[in-house]
Amino acid sequence: MNTTVAQLTARALLGGRRALLLLVMSAVLLALAVLLRLSVGVDHQVTADFLGAVALGALIPLFGLIVGTGVIGPEIDDGSVVYVLSKPISRPTIILSKLVVAVAATVLFAAVPTFVAGLIMSGTEAGLAVGFGAAALVASVAYSAVFVLLAVVTRHAVVYGLAYALIWEGLVGGYVPGARTLSIQQWSLSLAETIVERDLVSSDVRLAVAGVLLAVVIVGATWYAGQRLRVLSLAGEE
Amino acid sequence: MSTGLAGSSVLSVDAVSRWYGNVVAVNDVTMTIGPGITGLLGPNGAGKSTLIGMLSGFLAPSAGSVTLDGAAVWKNPEVYRTIGLVPEREAAYDFLTGWQFVLANAELHGLPDSGAAAKRALATVEMEYAQHRRVGEYSKGMKQRVKMASALVHDPAVLLLDEPFNGMDPRQRLHLMDLLRQMGAEGRTVLFSSHILEEVEQLAQQIEVLVAGRHAASGDYREIRRLMTDRPHLYVIRSTDDRALASALIADGSTAGVQLDEDAGVLRVEAVAFLRFTELLPRVAQRAGIRLYEVSPSDESLESVFSYLVKS
Repeated sequence: MNTTVAQLTARALLGGRRALLLLVMSAVLLALAVLLRLSVGVDHQVTADFLGAVALGALIPLFGLIVGTGVIGPEIDDGSVVYVLSKPISRPTIILSKLVVAVAATVLFAAVPTFVAGLIMSGTEAGLAVGFGAAALVASVAYSAVFVLLAVVTRHAVVYGLAYALIWEGLVGGYVPGARTLSIQQWSLSLAETIVERDLVSSDVRLAVAGVLLAVVIVGATWYAGQRLRVLSLAGEE
Repeated sequence: MSTGLAGSSVLSVDAVSRWYGNVVAVNDVTMTIGPGITGLLGPNGAGKSTLIGMLSGFLAPSAGSVTLDGAAVWKNPEVYRTIGLVPEREAAYDFLTGWQFVLANAELHGLPDSGAAAKRALATVEMEYAQHRRVGEYSKGMKQRVKMASALVHDPAVLLLDEPFNGMDPRQRLHLMDLLRQMGAEGRTVLFSSHILEEVEQLAQQIEVLVAGRHAASGDYREIRRLMTDRPHLYVIRSTDDRALASALIADGSTAGVQLDEDAGVLRVEAVAFLRFTELLPRVAQRAGIRLYEVSPSDESLESVFSYLVKS
C-alpha cells in the first residue's frame, strides 16, 4: 500500500462530478427507503426484496463498476498512469493501493447507505440492516477487485462490466439457475441469508461455497491485476 | 541542481526488434547510449516512440534485450531510481497544481525530503512562478517544463525525452535546449527523440537515425550531415531547350540519370555529386545558350533523405 498512490487516486476519482453522481445515487436509495417506509409501513419482506433487488442487485454492482474502473481506467486511457508506473514501486502495490480506494469509496457510497436504508425500513429487526449491510460490504470488495482487473486488462472495461452485471447477473441469472452459482450478487446474498432471520432472503449458493468463491475471486483478481500491470504496454501514438 | 550522480549510466540496446502483429515497428536495432546528449532522429512513424517505450520499460522487446548498466529494463521498476522519463503525451494529473504534481512524483520515488527535491526540480525548470496554478491551465511549453521537473525530481543519471520540443515556441525551445545541455554537461545520459534535423544537430553530440524501424545511421552531426548531402538529389528543371540540356548534362559524370518528361514539359535529373552538379548546371546551360526557368529539388523532404539512408 502506497499512500501517495492512494491519495492521487482518491483525488482523481472523487474530484469533479463523479463524487456528485455517486452521492445522488446513494441519496436516491435512501429516499426510496423513506418513501417505502412511509407508504407501506414496516414490512420485513418488502425490506428484504427492496434491498435485494435495488441495493445488491443494482446499486452495488453499478458503484463497483463506476468506482472500480474509475480508479485506474481513465489514467491508462490518457497515459497519465506513466507517472505512477515510472517509479520504483512494485506494480502489485500500486494495484493494492488503488483497490483500497475503490473499496473505501464503494463501501462509503453504497454499502453504508444500504445498511442505513435497512435501518430506515426495518430498524434493527430481523437482522435485515446488518445482513444486507454485510452482504453489501463483501460485494463491494468483490466487485471492486473484478472491475479494477477489468480496467487493467481492457480499454472497454465499462462495457464488459455492464454486460456482466446486467446480462449475466441480471438476465441470465434470472432464467438459468446454474448461472447464479457464478454471481457475486448471489454469493453476497448467501451471507445476507445466513444473517437475516425468518427466511426473508434466499440465495441459491450455500454460504461455504460462496465464501470460498468470494475469497478466490477477490484474491485472484487482485493478484492477476498486479501481474497484468507489470506487463502493461504504454507506447506513443505511432 | 546538485548532482548526486552515482557514476555514469549506460543504456544498451542489443539486437532489439519489436513487432505488433505483422507490423515491424523496430527492426534489429543495436546501439549504446552513454553520458552526454544523444538525439534519436527519424521521421514520424519510424519507431522512435516504440524504441523509447522499450528503453523506459513500458514495452517488451519482441526480440533482443534492453539493459541499463547491465540490468534488464523490462519488468524491473528498480530502474526508475536511475531513469527519469518525459513522455510525449500531455496528460499529467491536470487537477493538481504544478507544485502538487512534482511533489507527488518526489513522494512516489520515496525520497527522504520530497519537499526539497520538488522545490529544486521546479527551480531547475524555472517554473516556481506558476507552481500554484493547476497543471490543466498550463500552456504546452509550461506543461513540458513541469513534466521535465517531475522527471528530474530524483536527480536521475538517465533522462529519456520523447519529442520534447513538440509544440514549444522558440523561446521555450531555447530554454529547454540550455537545460538539456546542462544535464549532458553534468554527465547524465540524455536521450531525446525528434523528427527535426536542425533540432538534433544543435543539441546532440551523438545522433542515431531511425528510419522505418531500422537503425539507418549513427554518428556525430558532421557525419550525419555528410550522409545527407552526399546522396543522389532529384531536380526538376524547366528551360528553353530541355532536350539539348539533357544531352549536355548526361555527358557529365555528376549526373546519374536524365528523364525528359514531355507531358509535364520538364526535365528530371538525378545528380550524384551534389556540390559538383550545382556548379555544373549553370555552366552547361550558359555554354549551350539555354535559359533556365526553374530548377527545383524534388525530394528535399526529410523522409526522402531518410529513405536514402536506409537504402545505403
